[in-house]
Amino acid sequence: MKETLSSVQKLSAHPDSRCWSVRWNPAGTLLASCGGDKTVRIWGREGGSWTCKGVLQDGHQRTVRKVAWSPCGNYLASASFDATTCIWKKKNDDFESLTVLEGHENEVKCVAWAPSGNLLATCSRDKSVWIWEVDEEDDYECVTVINSHTQDVKHVAWHPNQELLASASYDNNICVYKEEDDDWECCATLKGHTSTVWSLCFDAAGRRLASCSDDCTVKIWKEDPSQSTQDLSWKCVCTLSGYHGRTVYDVDWCARTGALATACGDDGVRVFKEEDGSDPEQPVFCLAAQVTRAHGQDVNCVSWNPKEAGLLASCSDDGEIGIWQFHEEQ
Amino acid sequence: MSGGTHLENANPIIFQRTGERLLTATDEDENVHDPIDDREIFDLIRTINDPEHPLSLEELNVVEQVRVKVNDGESTVDIEFTPTIPHCSMATLIGLSIKVKLLRCLPSRFKIDVHITPGTHASEEAVNKQLADKERVAAALENSSLLEVVNQCLSIRSH
Repeated sequence: MKETLSSVQKLSAHPDSRCWSVRWNPAGTLLASCGGDKTVRIWGREGGSWTCKGVLQDGHQRTVRKVAWSPCGNYLASASFDATTCIWKKKNDDFESLTVLEGHENEVKCVAWAPSGNLLATCSRDKSVWIWEVDEEDDYECVTVINSHTQDVKHVAWHPNQELLASASYDNNICVYKEEDDDWECCATLKGHTSTVWSLCFDAAGRRLASCSDDCTVKIWKEDPSQSTQDLSWKCVCTLSGYHGRTVYDVDWCARTGALATACGDDGVRVFKEEDGSDPEQPVFCLAAQVTRAHGQDVNCVSWNPKEAGLLASCSDDGEIGIWQFHEEQ
Repeated sequence: MSGGTHLENANPIIFQRTGERLLTATDEDENVHDPIDDREIFDLIRTINDPEHPLSLEELNVVEQVRVKVNDGESTVDIEFTPTIPHCSMATLIGLSIKVKLLRCLPSRFKIDVHITPGTHASEEAVNKQLADKERVAAALENSSLLEVVNQCLSIRSH
């Protein structure tokens, strides 16, 4: 392999607990992390290295499972096992708690902002997906509750430029939703994984989805216009199997380079690249680089920096964050 | 959980407990690399209390040494446990107790898989899936009443 994934820095981010999630702000200057210690931490670059710029505590009573930045970068949302989602507002170099979104019956597993910044989605072990509308006064109102899944919903992700939402579940399926006559509806159910779907991510154009699962595979799904009359249709065009030794917990598709990163329960971080000139109906993805012992325990999350090509953050059950640089072949 | 008075399996078959592990000469030699073996793992879980009977999992044959597979080099532990009856509602709790015991006792490098002996429980697949979902296990262990029940199973009882 001519590509490499090299370690830039390791941060002891959430000592004595899990680090569940890491997310870059849209400017790529700050990294937010969260974990089993009930806190959210903000990391920024100082000189050549990354350091902790702030600790957001007292927002949650239990584990903080995931964090998400608003498209403008001024707000941060945190989803917690305490059944709430906190919205934090950036004030100069600090964050203050703006509001707490309540309503889910139990653990909130994920939160995501729509590209417009006017909508927010949350999902929970209570099997539902909620969509919230944000007005100019920073007021949040739940506009719909969707019950398309039959089990625990693990992840939600918005399309990069449309108001199209996708969710992944313990029921092995992926659902895609859009607004229809003032109501949100499930317009496609993607079946193919044989166990829990842990995460999913659109590509830069939004025409494809990558999903990862407890079945140790990653699948690439493509919009299928031939099938679509009214309903959207997606088909699986590629399955990456044989690369991951255990559950694949997260997948992130780099909007700048098209590289696909995965976080795995076998402690490894892997980067896949699509082969040049491969058939769009049957794309071929190759393992470009991997670090098999990237962390001391399971890797929970991977996130590409939106501005600096190849800069990747990962985090693990051992409480650490890893910062990596993916070097492409010249 | 059952009501407390009604036992699901009122007359379980009771099995004999294993004797203490015999120490070998190299066990106490600090200079010899001593990988964790099946017997050591079995010793950690055989004394776990059954949630319903005043008996250990070993005495109910829920755990057996032959169903413990450890690979120290690969840092993996695989445990099969056998519920006493195919409709045992305690199966998830028993599996969770085994998992928690090993999570607390083993070095963090170990990947711990706990599942039902194939063909011995009506909801085998569902229980296995739940035990393998570390996010749900983490959430369950933040539930103080459930954690208390698990800790009772893991407490030392005089036999």
